[in-house]
Amino acid sequence: MNKQYDDEVLRVEDLTVYYETDEGIAKAVNNLDLVVRKGKTVGLVGETGSGKTTTALSILRLIPDPPGVIKSGKVILDGMDIYSLTEGEMDMVRGFHASMIFQDPMTALNPVMTVGDQIAETLRIHEGLNKADSIAKAQEMLKVVGIPPERAKEYPHQFSGGMKQRVVIAIALACQPKLMIADEPTTALDVTIQAQVLREMKELREKFDMSMIMITHDLGIIAQMCDEVAVIYAGRIIEFGELREIFKDTKHPYTQGLFDSLPKINDDRDMLQPIPGLMPDPMELPEGCAFAPRCKYATEKCNQVIPPKHYFTDTHYAACWRYEDPEFKL
Amino acid sequence: MSKKNKKAETTTGRKNISKRQDITRRFLRNRNSVIGLVVTAIFVFVALFAPILVDYDTQVIQQDIPNRLLHPGEDPDHPLGTDELGRDVMARLIYAAKMSLAIGAMAVIIAIAIGVVIGASAGYFGGRVDTILMRIMEVLDGVPSFLMALTICASLGASVYTLMIAIAVGSIAAQSRIVRSAVLTVKNNEYVEAAKAMGASDMQIIFYHIIPNCVGTIIVQFSVKIAGGILHASSLSFLGLGVQPPDPEWGAMLSGGRAYMLDNPTLTLFPGLCIMVVILAFNMLGDGLRDSLDPRLKG
Amino acid sequence: MSEHLLEVNHLKKYFKTGKGTVQAVDDISFTLDAGKTLGLVGESGCGKSTTGRTILRLLEPTDGQVIFEGKDIAKLKPAEMRRMRQEMQMIFQDPFSSLNPRKTVEELIGEPLKWFKVHKTKAEQKEHVAKLMDIVGLAPRLANVYPHELDGGRRQRIGIARALALDPKLIVCDEPVSALDVSIQAQVLNLLKELQKEYNIAYIFITHDLSVVNHISDDIAVMYLGQIVEKAPSKELFTNPTHPYTKALLSAIPIPDPDLQVEQIPLKGEISSPINMKRDCHFAARCPYATEVCLASTPELVDRGNEHFVACHLF
Repeated sequence: MNKQYDDEVLRVEDLTVYYETDEGIAKAVNNLDLVVRKGKTVGLVGETGSGKTTTALSILRLIPDPPGVIKSGKVILDGMDIYSLTEGEMDMVRGFHASMIFQDPMTALNPVMTVGDQIAETLRIHEGLNKADSIAKAQEMLKVVGIPPERAKEYPHQFSGGMKQRVVIAIALACQPKLMIADEPTTALDVTIQAQVLREMKELREKFDMSMIMITHDLGIIAQMCDEVAVIYAGRIIEFGELREIFKDTKHPYTQGLFDSLPKINDDRDMLQPIPGLMPDPMELPEGCAFAPRCKYATEKCNQVIPPKHYFTDTHYAACWRYEDPEFKL
Repeated sequence: MSKKNKKAETTTGRKNISKRQDITRRFLRNRNSVIGLVVTAIFVFVALFAPILVDYDTQVIQQDIPNRLLHPGEDPDHPLGTDELGRDVMARLIYAAKMSLAIGAMAVIIAIAIGVVIGASAGYFGGRVDTILMRIMEVLDGVPSFLMALTICASLGASVYTLMIAIAVGSIAAQSRIVRSAVLTVKNNEYVEAAKAMGASDMQIIFYHIIPNCVGTIIVQFSVKIAGGILHASSLSFLGLGVQPPDPEWGAMLSGGRAYMLDNPTLTLFPGLCIMVVILAFNMLGDGLRDSLDPRLKG
Repeated sequence: MSEHLLEVNHLKKYFKTGKGTVQAVDDISFTLDAGKTLGLVGESGCGKSTTGRTILRLLEPTDGQVIFEGKDIAKLKPAEMRRMRQEMQMIFQDPFSSLNPRKTVEELIGEPLKWFKVHKTKAEQKEHVAKLMDIVGLAPRLANVYPHELDGGRRQRIGIARALALDPKLIVCDEPVSALDVSIQAQVLNLLKELQKEYNIAYIFITHDLSVVNHISDDIAVMYLGQIVEKAPSKELFTNPTHPYTKALLSAIPIPDPDLQVEQIPLKGEISSPINMKRDCHFAARCPYATEVCLASTPELVDRGNEHFVACHLF
């Protein structure tokens, strides 16, 4: 369990989510703990299938059920115990207390509704504004994300990819949620557009004093956007810490492996150092540390028992057995 | 470490079996498709050996007016009863299997063969080829298929073969369109472009990549249309085109029995049942084949 | 006989659409030597993939020459072109859609061998496929497996194995690693590098990811709206980017180091589509330094020394 803070916006405790299908049980998220403090951005970094999106969806109770089942856990968002709310209360929570931005802006927008109406609709539902007010506010929101307000009357297909993602952000921000969950918000965009959108998100985050969970596989975006980083592997956070702790004082062999396999703009290594092998199938997770089969430091113990969190500082931990040995270094 | 690695990879490392074994295994695992196969096989067997199972002259066309319209079970010689001319229903049903199945299957095979060629060319080459072929198909479609079949039967003379052609021609347009749309979906896959980059010719691409990936659509069409073919044949036979009396045919038997529906409903029941069971069996077989040929669906 | 393996001269590919002519590739020239890699970088819609496909004549060029080993392949007859394909292969971006889902790994890798009837017997072909699988690091037990049962990295290895099957001299790699996770991406990039050393293959490496292209390329050409705006040896391009677009592109890459955050050069607007373009600098509309000269004519790609070519009126 994580430390208690006074300014927590989100607290996830012991979250376990399985997908139960005919072919077996995929253990997508396993005993995950996470705390997001006010005004902070936590980066959730991991590879495809590591459970980062499932975690995000579970926070807003958006897991498709079936096959998704929340096996255990507690989510406290803005003081509310999410899993004890009714479906109706949940509708108010989504968008009002926390909202989510998805990777593909096209699927998040309704193609037959003008973007202005889509933003206004959110405002009418959550803030009870009347039609004229909601439209006026919608135009204001467009301005906030850098779109000329007169474009409120246009339809999603008239916007480019980057512009669409801004519209999605405008909808997510419309009710000024305390927490924004962004799931790979710029993966579908070109780098120069990505830079624009990320810059926009940074400004808005400060303007609205929002907390954020930034889900991405791109360590560059993490370095640019986040205050704290959670590295997730096979449904567990294997290393957590403040940005510099993760980047400058990397502890977990997997995190190190991610950095080593990254081609960097400013180095001339002839060969990269990939992590050997693949992430384990979530239906057949190893008994011990999920990374042990690919880890060059693994011992017999790593293969048998799941490692507990090992704290290096108040904020920085790694789930790795090897740090039992005080001499151990990567 | 290596042991663990292996465990993580078991989902991808299947036992080494050949492609054909794999398809067979997937087919056999599906109960419906096996039932479909068995029933179809029985009908085909009966159809093939009809001349041996029953004697044409004495059982199939021999009239026996005094014993007409016997109910099933009334006479042990005629287990399924007799028709309005006193002919044995059982023998006629068996003999009719040959006619009906042959006409239905052949008509559909002809239609699909032509439809695949036209549809695949139109879909694959696109542009002008597509425009010309599809306009011709639309013209063909503009003529009511029954009228077309009548014209063909009338001009070529009524026979089983003309009947096959007549029914086939009537459904070429629909077949081409279905194949074309299936081809269009497959064509846009990158592997088609990849094949071209690897040096495959257009024909090689069509036969190696495109048609196998449309095979699901084609098989479903086959099993659906074969039913239509049998019904179509019977209506034409009823009009006196195609199967000529006294030769038996399920559709013709069905319509012949209509007049005696109240006194002797079994006269329509049995041929109807035959048609229904055959169609059902073909559909089950077709679905099973389609699924087992698609490696993405786990059986 | 030209000394370069590949020489592309004034290559153009236009598409006619309802809205006008799309100038997807608009007058591109470059050369590539055997065993070298040219990185083709740009954002979506810049024409980099179309360039790759036009060079392989998967798309017919509208104008220009593609001279491969001294022959202009744009002028080859279809049968000659098919023969030529043995020498030039392609690796595709999406390791899922570029593999026929109904074929097993063995069939997929054997496909080019089949088209060119390289082997007389099935056993010979099987042996060759087994060797190729070994080269790209696919376990022999995967021979009868279907692509959907494999992860992205292994699927991409299939794509690489069959591109290698005919011993080509040139492989066009269209975003071969952008669908893969970083740890797998590194495995595949290393493999491509090793193969290049071993078999002296030239690559045209198309990507939007500048860090990847830096890692693998000898030369890099940056494309914008159908044209090359800057071309230089990798190191030179990254240490001394000259074109405003290249600079902006480089500054936009998020660097995975919290202490190395560079000042970004903001670009106005987004890439437009290359329909009915005027004879101006196509980048002028988004360029922070644009002047009137930039709107008046299209700048030529000029050598600034050190093999560094830039198409910009201001430099």
